[in-house]
Amino acid sequence: MLATSRTFVANARAGLANENLQHALGLARTGFPLRRRLAIERLPEFEALRENGRSIKDHTLEHLDFYLELYESQVVASGGKVHWARTPQEACAAVLQICRSVGAKTVTKGKSMIAEEVGLNEFLEANGITPVETDLGEYIIQLRHEPPSHIIAPAIHLIKEQVAETFRAEHRSFDPDRSLAEPRQMCDEARAVLRPRFLAADVGITGANFLVAETGSSIIVTNEGNGDLTQTLPRVHIVMTSLEKLVPNLEDAATLLRLLARSATGQEFSAYTTISTGPRRPGDLDGPEQYHVVLLDNGRSELIGTEFQDMLRCIRCSACINHCPVYAAVGGHTYGWVYPGPMGAVLTPILIGIEEAGHLPNASTFCGRCESVCPVKIPLPKMMRHWREREHAKKLSPPVYRTGLSLWAWVARRPALYHALAGIASRVLGWAGRDHGRFRSLPLATGWTAVRDMPAPEGRSFHSLWAERRK
Amino acid sequence: MSEARERILAGIRSSLNRGRLDPKTEAELRARVAAHRRNLVPARATALDQRDRVELFITMAEEVQTTVSRAASPAAVPEAVARYLAAENLPAELVMAPDPSLDAIPWEARPLLRIRRGRAEAEDKVSLTPCHAAIAETGTLLLASGPQTPTTLNFLPDTHIVVVRGDQVVATYEDGLDRLRAAAGSEALPRVINFITGPSRTADIEQHIELGAHGPRRLHIVLVEDGQATRSVEYDEQRSAPVE
Repeated sequence: MLATSRTFVANARAGLANENLQHALGLARTGFPLRRRLAIERLPEFEALRENGRSIKDHTLEHLDFYLELYESQVVASGGKVHWARTPQEACAAVLQICRSVGAKTVTKGKSMIAEEVGLNEFLEANGITPVETDLGEYIIQLRHEPPSHIIAPAIHLIKEQVAETFRAEHRSFDPDRSLAEPRQMCDEARAVLRPRFLAADVGITGANFLVAETGSSIIVTNEGNGDLTQTLPRVHIVMTSLEKLVPNLEDAATLLRLLARSATGQEFSAYTTISTGPRRPGDLDGPEQYHVVLLDNGRSELIGTEFQDMLRCIRCSACINHCPVYAAVGGHTYGWVYPGPMGAVLTPILIGIEEAGHLPNASTFCGRCESVCPVKIPLPKMMRHWREREHAKKLSPPVYRTGLSLWAWVARRPALYHALAGIASRVLGWAGRDHGRFRSLPLATGWTAVRDMPAPEGRSFHSLWAERRK
Repeated sequence: MSEARERILAGIRSSLNRGRLDPKTEAELRARVAAHRRNLVPARATALDQRDRVELFITMAEEVQTTVSRAASPAAVPEAVARYLAAENLPAELVMAPDPSLDAIPWEARPLLRIRRGRAEAEDKVSLTPCHAAIAETGTLLLASGPQTPTTLNFLPDTHIVVVRGDQVVATYEDGLDRLRAAAGSEALPRVINFITGPSRTADIEQHIELGAHGPRRLHIVLVEDGQATRSVEYDEQRSAPVE
């Protein structure tokens, strides 16, 4: 997928001016946080479970080589195969080779962010294989040739009228005068269109929410049941996943599952949580004949031991996205690549480079809601700050920012000078703003005053009041 | 072994500033995996006696639009199923898991109920399966695949009916996993383990929750009380009256 993260500022302007997007975001802004809060209020152990979740993931990462080898040996023991992929190219090539080996023409897909990350659909199409997205949201955006705008609700940027328009344009065999006023009708139509696709597909590709070292299993969590049809009906099941999804055993998975649905949609549990191990067994009446896991690294293993290691705990619940005031204002496409919101602001520079994605870690007010709702306690603001530091050190930010910051830092390291200058500035501004108490415009601060007034300083500074109190 | 594999593992070890783990640590990790030690388990369902646990299971299941009817014994199951199908205006025709526990039910008592045993096909409208356990904490059914319990039954038909015995209701996911391990003995766990919590749903269009996205539109439980001391008075008569 071509990244447009470089044009974040222009993307954000477009998003703010897009009425449909703003209406759609309005629904999400209230819905997700409310449902999450209600679910958590019902589970007194939630805070303690977060701590459990964090330590399970940390323990696994500390011994990742061991657990990966154990996992692979269990996949093999159950009749499956693991394809290791260092890069998106290797991952795509592995999928293509499996598809070609069975002469596959069409593949159905459950939702997989790893497939988005490696650009699997474009790659398969370029090689003569038709991928069919089956998650309703993914299906809608596939028809519209759009990227997902949210990691669990990919079509969250659309209003129902846009979906209806897309269905009318693409589902030509239906009565053109049919009503598509309600989500129910569109849902039924998508079900009718996709059912034969499920039954006809040669290969089914799903993601994985967790991998279990103990049993060599992949776990998917869905609400629609599309992932289960995708992995049960075709002759071949391919799991597209990445190596940090691993947990030691099923008890560890159970703990993380208690955190996942509540953090994501505010459900007690998603409709379908499915643990799959290997291909069809002797006597089974259904299930795939082949079970493959394409295990992507894409730079993740290099994060261990760095200031970004904590990001590998992420279970992709989207709570940080759902609680982010910046995401809620500008929407997911503004971020310009696969992962939006706070988790995307940390992850995207890792995967496509800070040169490409420098705007993302800067697009934060550091309000801290993301970290406070994260089920595995990832310090997202701290890591965004690490990216800002790296960007500064690599001289990637605009020269005027760097000069301004250096100047400020020079002064801030000299408290006497800082207080003297601040005192002068506050007296001058206080005098200049004595009539209105605020400024409509200020030289050097137009970025602030373009959209709001700047209050004029009043009375004495905090430092002088503090000094007086301590006497 | 593939080059990618070796490079990735070597990269991880170099990031961790160590080589391969020593045998002692590996043995400890193997022991940790095999111990199945539980992390924190919510008290919601563990603190209850079996009767209340069954009630919690039903409450949680109904909260996510699973419907429940009760049968006083296995012999009452055919009538409960027939009644449910009639009430929902569904055909008296179903595909059933070829499972001994369901074969033991006297289906001949309802000769109008047409039953085929096997996996689900595209045209099947209603399926009937047993479950391996039912989990009270979230009203979740635990179904395991096998020659007698094909997975397609859980997803293809529009309506999925599950027979649950009162003694199959356990408190937590971990309790359900223990039951699976006990049943498997030294064999591997089932290929597919489905935790099912309500019928299929989506909120992908304007966050509007719609049932029956791709999987079943309806999920119905026939709870076989069978001497279990379960409360039955406070439930909606029409929906949950025990069938004698």
